[in-house]
Amino acid sequence: MDCSAAAGTLGSAMAEMMLRLHIESKSFRTGRGELPVLGRIDIALGAREIVALVGPSGCGKTTLLRIVGGLDIDFQGTLDWRGAAMPRIGTVFQEPRLLPWRTVRQNLMLVQRTENPGLVNELLHTLDLAPFSDAFPATLSLGMARRAAIARAFAIAPELVLLDEPFVSLDPAMAARSRELLLTTWRARPTAALLVTHDRAEAAALADRILLLAERPTRVLEEIIVPQAMCRSDLMP
Amino acid sequence: MFLLVWQIAASLADSRLLPTVTSVLRAMLQQTISGALPWNLAITLGRVAAAFTLSLLLGSALGIAMGHWRRLDLLLDNLVMVLLNLPALVVIVLIYVWFGLSEIAAIAAVALNKLPTTVVTLREGARALDPALAEMAQSFHMSRWRTLRHVILPQLAPYIFAASRSGLALIWKIVLVVELLGRSNGVGFQIQIYFQLFDVTLILAYTFAFILIVQVIEWTALQPLERWAARWRR
Repeated sequence: MDCSAAAGTLGSAMAEMMLRLHIESKSFRTGRGELPVLGRIDIALGAREIVALVGPSGCGKTTLLRIVGGLDIDFQGTLDWRGAAMPRIGTVFQEPRLLPWRTVRQNLMLVQRTENPGLVNELLHTLDLAPFSDAFPATLSLGMARRAAIARAFAIAPELVLLDEPFVSLDPAMAARSRELLLTTWRARPTAALLVTHDRAEAAALADRILLLAERPTRVLEEIIVPQAMCRSDLMP
Repeated sequence: MFLLVWQIAASLADSRLLPTVTSVLRAMLQQTISGALPWNLAITLGRVAAAFTLSLLLGSALGIAMGHWRRLDLLLDNLVMVLLNLPALVVIVLIYVWFGLSEIAAIAAVALNKLPTTVVTLREGARALDPALAEMAQSFHMSRWRTLRHVILPQLAPYIFAASRSGLALIWKIVLVVELLGRSNGVGFQIQIYFQLFDVTLILAYTFAFILIVQVIEWTALQPLERWAARWRR
């Protein structure tokens, strides 16, 4: 799916909508009582749409992703999968969180519910990890480990991918290369995706839509639809 | 080097209380041919294996559970501390008195002596588990068994090895005491007999055979296993 079609889902094709998230509020319990983190937030996500959540660090973006991923169920609001069961969700955490005692390939195989070596090989190849398939994570650079985490998220043939700052603290060249490989992977197997980042340029390069978040309690400040001409253009083949 | 010094010292002393290396080796050979040494060694090793397995399995399960559930930890912590500080001999004597001089009582007494240290070690391991990896497993809906096998156990492996090492060392020693006090065979029982006969040569012969076996287990089983479990470390 290209950008124009993705943008089109906003107005018309509600049938393609996969998630409506409504958060009334979310707070953490601390020793001094409740600390509000998230305010009222509404996010709709199309089945093959990439939406970026952009905001200052510590503004609750990760918490938002955890709620969508089902890792945090303690919030006021609703998570509506449009009547369907919870989809398969592949998560890319901010740190790669690979199992250090398993090789890159084993890390991918382990999350699959039914083994699919073909998909694993394809992903390792697409993400430029084939030569390191049988290496242990300790021997990988941060960039490679991040890509392995992306490969793992796609290894379960996800319907939704959650990306939490997947390229933070990579040097600009490596980050650009990794974004390109992520998009190649996504184009081969398009999914819905929520991308958390603090980098607006990265958001514009990857997403169909950008939600700018304001801080404490977090709410959506502005919604930006990435112009068709710009969306993923610098990365198009 | 040590053996050489011993041999020379023993030759010079020429005493029944310090036999020469060669006479100890000769005694070992004789006992091996007669079958007494292998038989008693096998019995003792069987007890070691049973007590070791029992204490490691129970202690690991309990330690992991206590590291995981704070309430259980609070409930059992005192008991573990008491067992940890109770002299081995007291445990052995009490168990023999209460449950009789049986094989099961002997093994239970040894296992019970080792149990608290395993619990304490594995509890530390369970507390050190990385919550980030647990969350990863949860987010990918990994099954409980898969999570245990691929996420949790590899993190506990160093603790399990530490418990095994110190466990074997402790268990050899206690098994001999248990045999000496309440069994009619095994290395501990033999040593008691030769102690009464003041036969240092045979005491040393049994001791040597035992040390040899322990070393062989260390080289052929524990060390290779540990290297294998740590092969992913850079």
